[in-house]
Amino acid sequence: MPTEKQLLQDLTPEIEKTGIRWYITFSVFFLVFCVGIYALIQQIDKGHIVTGMRDNVVWGLYIVNFIFFMGLSYAGALISGVLHLFHTGWRKPVIRLAELITVISLVIGPFFIFFCIGRLDRLPFLVMYPRIQSPITWDVIAISTDLVGCFMFLYLSLIEDFAILRDYNDLDVSPWKKKVYKVLSLGYTGTEKEKKILKNARNVMAAMIIAIAIIVYSVLAWIFGVTLQPGWHSTIFGPYFVIAAVFSGTGLLIILMWIYRKIYHLEEYITKRHFVNVGVLLTVIAAFYGYFTFSDYLTKWYGSIKMDSMLIDKLFHDYYALFIFANYVGILLPCIIIAFPKFRTIRNITIAAVIAVTALWVNRYIIVIPTLETPFLPIQDTRPDWIQYSPTWIEWSLTLAGISVYGMLFMLVSKIAPIISISEMKEEDKTEIMK
Amino acid sequence: MKEIEENGGENSSRRNFLKKVGIGVGAVSLAGIAGTSVIGSNKSKSGEKIKLLSPDGKLVEVDKDDIKPAKEIVAELKSEARKGLQGRKFVMVIDLAKCKNARKCVEACQEGHMLPKDHEWMKLYLLQDDHTTARYWFPRPCFHCDKPMCVSVCPVGATYKRDDGIVLIDNQRCIGCKFCMTGCPYSVRVFNWKDPEVKVPPGQAYNPETNIPPLEGTVGKCIFCADKLRNNELPRCVSACPMGVLYFGDLLEDTVTNGNETVRFSKLMTDRAGYRFREDLGTLPSVYYLPPTGRSFPVESGLEDTDESVKGRYKNAGPR
Repeated sequence: MPTEKQLLQDLTPEIEKTGIRWYITFSVFFLVFCVGIYALIQQIDKGHIVTGMRDNVVWGLYIVNFIFFMGLSYAGALISGVLHLFHTGWRKPVIRLAELITVISLVIGPFFIFFCIGRLDRLPFLVMYPRIQSPITWDVIAISTDLVGCFMFLYLSLIEDFAILRDYNDLDVSPWKKKVYKVLSLGYTGTEKEKKILKNARNVMAAMIIAIAIIVYSVLAWIFGVTLQPGWHSTIFGPYFVIAAVFSGTGLLIILMWIYRKIYHLEEYITKRHFVNVGVLLTVIAAFYGYFTFSDYLTKWYGSIKMDSMLIDKLFHDYYALFIFANYVGILLPCIIIAFPKFRTIRNITIAAVIAVTALWVNRYIIVIPTLETPFLPIQDTRPDWIQYSPTWIEWSLTLAGISVYGMLFMLVSKIAPIISISEMKEEDKTEIMK
Repeated sequence: MKEIEENGGENSSRRNFLKKVGIGVGAVSLAGIAGTSVIGSNKSKSGEKIKLLSPDGKLVEVDKDDIKPAKEIVAELKSEARKGLQGRKFVMVIDLAKCKNARKCVEACQEGHMLPKDHEWMKLYLLQDDHTTARYWFPRPCFHCDKPMCVSVCPVGATYKRDDGIVLIDNQRCIGCKFCMTGCPYSVRVFNWKDPEVKVPPGQAYNPETNIPPLEGTVGKCIFCADKLRNNELPRCVSACPMGVLYFGDLLEDTVTNGNETVRFSKLMTDRAGYRFREDLGTLPSVYYLPPTGRSFPVESGLEDTDESVKGRYKNAGPR
């Protein structure tokens, strides 16, 4: 097990120095972000007519992205929350990543709601004239609570690291960064009392964010579930969405583990063992997720309710490729790759995770769009171009902009805080010795 | 529309404004004449007295120069529009046997509410429940449900249900989240995807009862012509229909009229076996349908004298 000195030597270089590759990647992300801003200006200037959304399909890519990003935030709740509570030893190198995924996803997600609403200038009305009957109000309360809670959980785990960095004399960074560490470490010195308080606080928050996260994603599901629309009006939607969220969050964690391991040379810390463990977790969740998906569609397909049959018909014909990818390939392939030990290489597990996350996005798409294309009264419209939904470049650029901001935030955070929790790793060191 | 007239002028909103300036009901019509004068100005008064009825029913005399028009205050209009007409419960009955897709209701609606061309609050569907059953024309206004999903899900109270049964939208409150549009199972609501570019007559204040002007980024829908109802007039679609398809009236008075004939609502329901669309959804619509039995026109006649663009929309109409 590494000592603190070794940990600092291994993990601080990325904070001290910034390579040219970092700048290039960041610039690319920034460029995509700028295109997104241009698209947003177009949308605000000309109205939502520039999107592909119309009176039938009133929610498009934006809502898909919203529920997708909110789902990613589950990585933190599950990996850091659950594993923290169960004192799972191997979690330590990946816990910081999971918490970052949570907070950053929660920051990005709501922006897609902002893009989707017609009058951005009236956003404060949600707080000024709230109606508690509306699931959107539940969402406002739940997401803001989740954001505060997850941010606190992340910060609590950062305090010790900031203190270590503050006290590390060989740290070669600009004075402002040192000042930041000094301020953010809140004068933590590592006395027994301080340690105890911090530990208790983290235990409480770990339990809380699990509960809050379940509420957030259930509420998100209920936005669809409470309506009468075929395909949405389903009692299973709450737990189904929660499982789907954990699935995507875990998938993204594997992807980010691979990226950081490669770029920051963390081979010693994030080992194959971590990939296999998180991968097995992904397989178990995939099994649950597949089960929920199956039972949701089976009941709709087997029965004779006209609206449900029409929706299933649409999914099996107009959307068959997406349906097969999202609900067969996206669930079975990751399971197969990870279930057989001989396929279990770091690269394969990462590929499985990429498939899982992409498939889940597609799954969100075929939950939102086909239902809106199957209203109770047939679509008989004067405007043929208003009938079928296809996203415009505006929506795609804003989607990509969201992804690039995601990347940029991760890149920026990794220049301030170590991507592997030094204090956690140090603790592992001690407990190992005690044993 | 006799029944509504008997109920007495429902000018309560105007009355309130008049109370404010202390002038009687009669001033409404005179306001235009004396519109330029200002209370408390240094100008000498005309000396000419005008008799008016005060809000408490007394006949009073007021100097002609003291009369000024009651200003329409948006906040007042909006609070009145939230309450609705007391002691009423509006219903519509649509006789499917008489509809032949004349589309006069759609035109009158678009014109009366200053809707952009591609916005239709009243929609005409060509429905067929199954290949073994008949086709029929199906005019669809807003159903003004008694358990409206759209109202339940609105996060800011922009859309609301009034005492008289009407569901309205305050487009100065609407944030454009479109949740009501996914909530409504009847595809009633339309969204202003771009600036509607409607020229509002000068001096007209915004009122949810007219919903003029439509506003970019907000939701619109059929409002049962709440503005007309306040003036004891029939909704525009009802007056415009040449076939007398649409009946409108008050459930509490048990009477509906299509402008030509006035009938007992309950008797009409019993005799013609009236029903509501998709009763199983439990939204309790205020719009009733009479089945297309003993039709006045063959269904095909609805496609005869219509535009190509209109015909085109029914190309794929068929059993669902």
